[in-house]
Formats: sequence, C-alpha cells, structure tokens
Amino acid sequence: MEFLHNFIFGVYPYIATTVFLLGSWIRFDHEQYTWKSDSSQLLSKAGMRFASNFFHFGILGLFLGHLAGLLTPHALFLAVGVSDLTHQWIAIAAGTVFGGACLLGAAVLWLRRMFNERVRAASRWMDINILGWLALTAAAGLFTIPTSIHHANAGDAATMILLADWVQSILYLHPEPALVAAVSPVYKFHMFLGMSVFLFFPFTRLVHIWSAPFAYLGRAYQIVRAKRVV
Amino acid sequence: MKVRAQFALVFNLDKCIGCHTCSVTCKNVWSNRKGVEYAWFNNVESKPGIGYPKQWENQEIWRGGWELVDGKLQLKSGSKLSRLLNIFANPDMPEIDDYYEPFTFDYARLQNAPLSEAAPTARPVSQITGKKMDKVRWGPNWEDDLAGEYDQRAKDVNMKGLEKQIYSQFENTFHMYLPRMCNHCLNPACVAACPSGSIYKREEDGIVLVDQDKCRGWRQCVSSCPYKKVFYNWESGKAEKCIGCYPRVESGMPTVCSESCVGRIRYNGIMLYDADKIEALASTANEQDIYEAHRSIFLDPNDPEVIAAARRDGVPEDWIAAARRSPIWKMAMEWKIAFPMHPEFRTLPMVWYVPPLSPVQSAIDQGQLPTEPDGVIPKADTLRLPLQYLASILTAGKVQPVRDAINKMMAMRSYQRSVHVEGKADLRALDAVGLSEQQAKDMYQLMAIANYEDRFVIPTGHAEVSLEDFYAFQGQNGFSFGNDSSPGISGSSLFPERRKDSVESLAPAPAADER
Repeated sequence: MEFLHNFIFGVYPYIATTVFLLGSWIRFDHEQYTWKSDSSQLLSKAGMRFASNFFHFGILGLFLGHLAGLLTPHALFLAVGVSDLTHQWIAIAAGTVFGGACLLGAAVLWLRRMFNERVRAASRWMDINILGWLALTAAAGLFTIPTSIHHANAGDAATMILLADWVQSILYLHPEPALVAAVSPVYKFHMFLGMSVFLFFPFTRLVHIWSAPFAYLGRAYQIVRAKRVV
Repeated sequence: MKVRAQFALVFNLDKCIGCHTCSVTCKNVWSNRKGVEYAWFNNVESKPGIGYPKQWENQEIWRGGWELVDGKLQLKSGSKLSRLLNIFANPDMPEIDDYYEPFTFDYARLQNAPLSEAAPTARPVSQITGKKMDKVRWGPNWEDDLAGEYDQRAKDVNMKGLEKQIYSQFENTFHMYLPRMCNHCLNPACVAACPSGSIYKREEDGIVLVDQDKCRGWRQCVSSCPYKKVFYNWESGKAEKCIGCYPRVESGMPTVCSESCVGRIRYNGIMLYDADKIEALASTANEQDIYEAHRSIFLDPNDPEVIAAARRDGVPEDWIAAARRSPIWKMAMEWKIAFPMHPEFRTLPMVWYVPPLSPVQSAIDQGQLPTEPDGVIPKADTLRLPLQYLASILTAGKVQPVRDAINKMMAMRSYQRSVHVEGKADLRALDAVGLSEQQAKDMYQLMAIANYEDRFVIPTGHAEVSLEDFYAFQGQNGFSFGNDSSPGISGSSLFPERRKDSVESLAPAPAADER
C-alpha cells in the first residue's frame, strides 16, 4: 500500500508533468495540423453558449485558483495578512462556485457529445473520454468540499496547508508523499484524477489551451505574408 | 504610396446561365473531402433569394464585416476583447443547417433490393451521421431558378425598399444568377478576426489563405466573413476557404471556376493598388460612397510614377505589364461597368460584377417597353430587373452608377446592332452615354467575344524570388520522409530539421574581373 501511495504521490506527478510537457512539445513540433480546439459548434449550436461558457470560465477559475492557492508560499499568505482559516474559506467558496459552474457546463457538454447524433458522429473516443474525465475530476473536487467545511468549522486548516506543502514539495523536486499519507481519501482521489488530466493532455484537444490567443489583443488587424526572401 | 498587386476577378452576370459548372469543378478539385461536404468555395445563387448559407447578406443576423465605431473601423462582431471573451461559444456562428446537412443517396439499394412490386428508392443518407434522412429539407441551391415560395425568397435583404407584392406577380417577377466565391478582399474581415493569426493575405498576389497548421479552430473567421466564404471543416477542426486556385494562378492559369465557365463570364487579371490607403478608404463615412472610394485605391499601371513605385516595392516587371492589359482595369476603371458586391461590408472585395441586363425581346416585340432611339434597345429603368435591386447588391443602394453601366452595355449593343444588322454604324446611343466608337469595339471584343487570352491575363508567380534555394527545391520537392510538406510556424524544432539547401563551394572562385 505504501508503495502505491509513494508511486502516486511521489513519482506519478513527475511522469504526468513530463508527458504533459514533452508530449505537448512533440505534438506541436510534429503534428501541428492536429493542434486545435476541435469545436463542434457548427454541428449543434443549441445550448452551447450556456454550457461552453460555464465550463470554460469554471475550469479557468479552478485552474487559477489552484495555482494561486497551492503554489503561493505559506509565509507570503501570512505576510499579506491572509490567515490559514481565511484562505480555507476563500478556497471553499471559490471552489464551490467555479467547480459548480465547471461541472454543470461539463455535464451538459458531455451529454450533448453522447446523445446529439451529429456531435457523437464527429466525436473521437478521446473527445468523449477527456470531457468525462474533467467532469469526474470536478465532481470529485466538489465532493471534497463538505470535508473542507468540516475542517474549517473546527477552525482547522492543517489539511489544506499539508496539501499545499505537498504540491510545493513536488515543485521543488524533493517529493514528500508522506505529507499527504493521512489526508482523507476524498482528496487523494481528486488529486489522482487531476494529475491524470496532465498525463492525458497532449493526446487530447486540451492542447488548444497552450494557444490561448492573448496576442490577438495587441496585434494589427491585417496580416500580410511575403513569400519572397526578405 | 505602397504598391501591391492583387489577383482580381470580374464576373459578367449578363452572361451567366446558372449552369453551376464553376461550382462543380471547384468542388471536385478542392472540397470533395470529409468535413467539407457542405462547403462550396464557389456557388451560384438564384436571386432574389436568401442564398447559401441562409440569409448570408443579412448582417443583423451574422454580424459579419466591418462597421464604423466613432469613425474607426471595427469588426461588426465587436471589439477584440469582447470577441475573445465570446471565444468559447461564438454567438454569431452559423450551424450546419444554415448551410444544409450534407447528404448522399443509398444508391446500392437500387441494385440489391429484393424483388418487389414497387421500384426501390435510393433514400438520402446524412454524410455526417451516416443515418437515413427522412427528408432533405435544404440544399446548396435550394432556390434554384426561383424554386420555393415567394414569401420565403423575398426575405432577401436586397428586396428592402422594393414593393415586394408587385414582384410576387408572375408578370413582374424577375430573376438573376449570382455566382459567388471568396472575394480575396483588400481589407479582409476574416484575417482581422482570426485570433491565432493564421489567415493572411499574400503580398505578391493578394490571395487570402488559411495557414492550416496555425489555425486553432476558434471559428471567428466563419462568422466575421460577411460573404460567409470561410468554412469550418468539422472533421479536421480547421477553417477552410477558397484558395484562389493559387497553384494554377502561380503557373499563369486561370482559377478552375474561371477556366471551366461555359458562359465565359469570368475574367482574371491583376490590379495595382495603394496599400497605404486601405484603412482610410474602408472607413469612408457614407456607405454609398464606398464604391467610388474603392475605385480610387487602384493605381493606373500606365502612370510612370506608379510604375516607378511598383518597381521600388518589388512588383515584378511582367506583373506591371499584365496590370496594363488587365481586363479588370478596363471594366472596373475605364468603362465603369463592374462593381464590387456589397461594398457596405467595408472589406473592399476583389471579385467584381458586371450587372445583368434582362431578357427583353418579347416585351419589345409586343411594344411594351420604351426604347432608345434605335427602336430596339430598351431604356435601363424599364428593364425587368429593378435597378434598385441591383444597386442594393452592388453599390449599397446608389442607383446611378448601375444605371450608367447598364446604359453603356446597351449602347454597345445598339451600336453593334447598327453595324451588323443595318450595315452602317449608328453612334447616337454611344454619344448619349459618352462612349467612343473604339471603346464600344473594345467592350464588344472583351465581353461578347471574350477570347481566352483577353479574359485571362495572369502573369506567372516568381518562385525564383520566393525560394531561398530554388535549385535545392527543384531537386527535393515532392520527395518526402514524412511531415515535410509544411515547415509549420515554429522557428526551432525539437527534432533534427531536414536541410534543404544545396551545398556550394565554401571558397567560390574569384569573379572574372578580379583575376
């Protein structure tokens, strides 16, 4: 059991990260024609504005929330006056809102993908899987909230701090799987699902996230390309 | 002044017979693939009608093209920021049913059905789901030759301001064909709308292309093109559009739609224009002035100043020569009989149209049409096709330029009739519209005779200036070890790149005069 725990919380993060980075790079380098958001809006537009926006804004909120909440050094939070308990309540509130939005959107999108004839016909196996996996991950994340509320009500933010310390231990390359050995399985399940998303990432349409077109805001409208050697 | 050359087209609607040969050859060559079954880079519509996709001209629905916001050009679909915020679900995106659900027929059934009293039928099959369709409800050319009920067709936005009920009467009904393709605009909305910067205009010939590797499928181009001529390939997840048949054009051949046009209505040629003026002219305040503004962007290829500037800006000599012989220049600039379609979209389209006359002979024979002095050519305003309708399509509703164009075409006919039927030239009609006899002869030659070499004046591309090492290209092009057709956009590669340059001596022999 300890072996499995150490693998999942000590080694798996590195496997997932390596595949995520290297896989993305190789795919971009070699198969850029497959690099796309793979929208199915042409085939069915009904409900897309609702579902896709809920899903996307939800998942972006979750990503940024996890990034800020887990990677900011503990000392920095304390220095700017965010107590652990405040941190915990913010995490609970933001997680509920964005997690709820993401799950709602993902669920509608997944049902559409499964049961809309045209969308289903145009779907690849991985399109259905990754969407279902994201919905499951969001659901598992929401499922940790009652436990977190229980902790917060007891004035105890220790688990959250442990989780953040574990993430940072991975980031600083001295993995300490022992840190999360004792946390509730609901967290562990969510963490495993979440890490796996990175493992699957290069093999799915998720790669379009790398290409978020922020540069568009600063670009001139028109683009002219010259074939001649300049 | 910044001189650029543009590959441009004119369609002479007066001679279009609506045979769809252009559409079919184009489809067979370019879009006969999975994911773009529904996409017609070229199609021919029957007007009045709502067209393909449905109501494409109505920008209240699709918000395509440009508009002026406080005098500045902005895409009608909103600012860059608001469009990015809507990127997860494009609110203006057409759905497949706005085009039509692509279908084929279960032909095998005709052969393998069991023996029965009734003949077997080949039922339609959806090319998306593969399932049988109960009924085909719409197609690429559902309104062909005024098919369908009038009330439906009369939703055509160009009918605005016309007495729709009058034209619903059989005796008053009118009809024209409108062949359409990508306009390879000077101020393309699709390029401006692309968040990933994958769509671009080629500097050499102005052809607008989608970089398939760089496209991420944000589908902003699909809705932003007011002509709805960028299509989403639902299989590849990429945007696709008319490529101006650039492999043909680079070799000096006309586009395949132009080449195959049996009515010889399509003209291909080069126009020189001033790229510095694009934004200012596309921002012309009054919609009805945009047609004239568009004309003013073109540069006279016979003007020595323009020629000098063109050379300075890298326009090859044979392209300047081709611009001088351009059929587009003659029709758009000299004779003013060709017009851009829907200039009010502000994209400065480069496929121009010669308005159609109407079939009139029987009406004249019955004495129902007031005619010009020769007694056989009718007056423009009495033609069956309301000038207002043509003007809605071609000049944002300004009738006079269209009336002038039609009058010139009829004067040319009147003159030619006098020569060929009466046996002596009658110049009265020409004088009335301000055409010289030579101009009328030139018009006749280009528009009525329409010889191949007059219709298509296309200089070849200059690969020798576009390839870093054309000897190496010649030797290695076409032989690939995979993933070689496109170098992509990345500057550096994770994997060893295939070097394509040919090796030259590191110490070249000294030049002759140094010996």
